[in-house]
Amino acid sequence: MDVSSDSITPQQLDELIDLIKKIHGFDFSDYTKASLKRRVNRIMMLKKLEYYDLKHVLVNDHQFFQEFLEEITVNVTEMFRDPNFFKALNSQVIPYLSTYPHIKIWCAGCSSGEEVYSLAILMMAAGLTPKSFIYGTDINTVVLKEARKGIYSLRKIKSYAENYSFTGLDGSIIDHFTMLYEAATIHNELKHNTLFSVHNLISDDVFNEFQLISCRNVFIYFETGLQERILELFYNSLCPHGFLCLGSKETIRSDVFKKKFKVINQKENIYQKIGS
Amino acid sequence: MIQRWRNSDILLLGGSAGSFKIIFQAVKGFSSELNKTVIIIIHRKPNFFSEIEKLFTDNIRMKFREISDKDHIDTNTVYIAPPNYHTLIEKEGFFSLDVSDAVWYSKPSIDVTFENAAEIYKDRCTAILFSGANQDGAEGLLKLRNSGALTIVQNPDDAEMAVMPNSAISINAAEYILRTTEIFELLSI
Repeated sequence: MDVSSDSITPQQLDELIDLIKKIHGFDFSDYTKASLKRRVNRIMMLKKLEYYDLKHVLVNDHQFFQEFLEEITVNVTEMFRDPNFFKALNSQVIPYLSTYPHIKIWCAGCSSGEEVYSLAILMMAAGLTPKSFIYGTDINTVVLKEARKGIYSLRKIKSYAENYSFTGLDGSIIDHFTMLYEAATIHNELKHNTLFSVHNLISDDVFNEFQLISCRNVFIYFETGLQERILELFYNSLCPHGFLCLGSKETIRSDVFKKKFKVINQKENIYQKIGS
Repeated sequence: MIQRWRNSDILLLGGSAGSFKIIFQAVKGFSSELNKTVIIIIHRKPNFFSEIEKLFTDNIRMKFREISDKDHIDTNTVYIAPPNYHTLIEKEGFFSLDVSDAVWYSKPSIDVTFENAAEIYKDRCTAILFSGANQDGAEGLLKLRNSGALTIVQNPDDAEMAVMPNSAISINAAEYILRTTEIFELLSI
């Protein structure tokens, strides 16, 4: 039996990557292949497209490409994912950050905004809201719209509530939302100091100087060479002694960057930029 | 069957509720020179701060590691999938992780890793599916079987939760259905 009948071959995936780069200018060539392949297969299944049909619509249908882009980038996120990370931020990083006159935070690959608002809640709990500002960026304009709204389903909030309860923060996550029927809207005071905009980690450059960059569970989709290029971007975007947070299962593997960052928390992958 | 197990470079172990003890026992029996890579996919709760890592590290003879993104896949090592991620295998010989939606309410999903392993390892692997309360793993095991892997399902009579083994058996994903003792016996050869 042919197992690959419902799945594209590595060669076909390469062809698609090439095509998308040429026609739409998005470069997926340094994405990890197993995950990318899984996403493409999923789109073909959802849209009931064979490989050749997929190629055809990708070339001819611009609207389809937008949908494709939304599906191909993973937008699954949570508030307070890995509660121990937020605990570590609170005890090891916030005291240091509080000594800066202004705290600019960049949440790279922010998807629908959950991480941005989690950080906003953390800053508020530390009394740092008046001097902090959080930028959320993503390549996907649709999720950014969601992020700006800050409205989440009650079902989601319930699952975030458990995470919150493990962070050691006071009260409950619902203290930060206004509930209406099945929707929960983040309080305005938490939205004030946030800005969401499009930024492509692969092709866009430094746009500000930050005291903290959080980019968690984004590197998992990139091959190590690309990870290194983005580390360079982060390094250049951080102020001296600024902090970089990666996902709990992502590490700095490059020897060059191991020397440029000090490990603040090994388990939660919190780093601090060395020198200037 | 024995020859194919011997020739396998990769052993995949999948399970959910009721599988942990048996998988732990099986791995405990391996010598440090098994000459295979063992990959364990067990459903785990994200915020359940388990002692699994310590239990394995302290009690087994093979090297043990909870998978991190882009970890190189080494022989004579036991890997366990981290909670709240899907574990994928890249053909260049390293793991990559994925946070996309749960499959059968499960993350890690056994199906995701098994299907991916079928494409990469083909007949170079042995896969065993144990006790569990949902059907995750069945489809993946079928893909493995169709790509030439040796596929084994724990006899549902021996499984604490029979749903997972039964799901695999019902779609003909099991080349062999073995009692727990028979599984231990095979793995000790």
